[in-house]
Amino acid sequence: MPYPTDYKYTKEHEWISVAGAVGTVGITDYAQGSLGDIVFVELPKVGDTLEAGKIFGSVESVKAVSDLYSPVSGTVTAINEVLRDKPEKVNEDANTTWMLKLEIANPAELETLLSAAEYEAFIAEETEH
Amino acid sequence: MSSTVTPQTLRKTVLNATHRALGAKMVDFGGWDMPVQYSGLIAEHMAVRTSVGLFDVSHMGDIQLRGPGSLAAVQRLCMNDASKLAVGQAQYSAMLTPKGTFVDDVIVHKLSDNDYLIVINAGTREKDVAWVRSQIGSMPGIHISDYSDLYTQLAIQGPKAAETLAKLTDTDLSTIKNYWFTFGKVCGLYNVMIARTGYTGEDGFEIYIPSDEPTSARVWNEILNAGAEFGILPCGLGARNTLRLESAMALYGHEISDTINVFEANLGRYAKLDLAAKGDFVGRDALVAVEAAGGPKRRLVGLEMIERGIGRDGYPVFTVEGERIGEITSGSPAPFLKKNIALAYVPVRYAVIDEVVAVEIRGQLVKAKVVATPFYKRPRK
Repeated sequence: MPYPTDYKYTKEHEWISVAGAVGTVGITDYAQGSLGDIVFVELPKVGDTLEAGKIFGSVESVKAVSDLYSPVSGTVTAINEVLRDKPEKVNEDANTTWMLKLEIANPAELETLLSAAEYEAFIAEETEH
Repeated sequence: MSSTVTPQTLRKTVLNATHRALGAKMVDFGGWDMPVQYSGLIAEHMAVRTSVGLFDVSHMGDIQLRGPGSLAAVQRLCMNDASKLAVGQAQYSAMLTPKGTFVDDVIVHKLSDNDYLIVINAGTREKDVAWVRSQIGSMPGIHISDYSDLYTQLAIQGPKAAETLAKLTDTDLSTIKNYWFTFGKVCGLYNVMIARTGYTGEDGFEIYIPSDEPTSARVWNEILNAGAEFGILPCGLGARNTLRLESAMALYGHEISDTINVFEANLGRYAKLDLAAKGDFVGRDALVAVEAAGGPKRRLVGLEMIERGIGRDGYPVFTVEGERIGEITSGSPAPFLKKNIALAYVPVRYAVIDEVVAVEIRGQLVKAKVVATPFYKRPRK
């Protein structure tokens, strides 16, 4: 599955898509593939404040649990309620199955994130080790 | 996320390339490069519960004891009573340390009057072989052979396992009862050991074929073709683990180890302490002493999470008041039961059905209750 070129990526395998001041956050196809069947996504509440690089939730597969890291700082404006009952949606389409939306506090933070090409190079390197 | 392993340093079964060609995700399991999943853990788990799945379990070890002293050697080495076995019968057993703790759990097969095959775990193979030699190597009339690398061991498991395998053999599988085995022709190969055993809680078979790559790959593919009409799936160690956990079967290094005794692990029914009937064996004195002292102080229990959260291997267990009392040995979402389950050691006073305890999950105490095991029991026809 290709990584959308209009998204930005973290080394912790989250993506963020930006429209104006609102960022939409999910995890990458590589992340869902590594985790396997996802059974539980733990997310913050609307109104919570997130900090760039800090844990905002977790995603659990049958095999493992993995922390979710916020790509940028901001205030949560929406949670994807579908994931409460259908966490497997993340496995089915990681690129479009978003987890939360947030009001971006500091757009400059977006510049520190990876482009799609940089992210693909990063995971290619990670897979080799 | 876990980093990928370097395959060169790991041992491989002869089906390694077959697994990779099927797109399996490979992991290091006890020093072996093994498939953890192919299509997906939940789908594979459900295939075994509802139809049929195929596992490569060639990493398991096989020790053969032959000679007029072989029964005496097995009796000395293992806690169950092998004198009760008929030719063609197998039994769950274990090799114990002098402390009554586990060297490994095993399946003992009686091949003939002076010939026993002991199937051992992958991660403990070298240790087990060395242990066997040290404990019974000097006993008279006994020849020990490590045949671990001679067999490809395949497990065909699930309610459709018999129908699948029946297409590939002229042996009447209905004559093989649970924990019995026979030798027959499978996929054109003569004298294949066909055992009605497994590690999934389902009906199923384990077959032992020559471990050359073309033969192993051919048999693997013929089984997948034979099971295609039932939706057979190749299954990895991920599903193997969740299947055995739902069935509350012990895994070495988790529920059993050299620091856990037989009674703690609730496996006392397999330890035959009657000296007159079974004779002495390594670890017996320690088990007699545990019994004399009123039984074990802690026990393995089944837990079901009653609040939202998944207790996993190694997570600590507390009383609801917050006193630490034990630890989870295996914990996971249960794909068939659709509950979050775990096995854990707790002091015996908490080993009571419906007792509410708490599991520390990432800093939070989450409630769970003690439930009867196995969590899953297959429907009997």
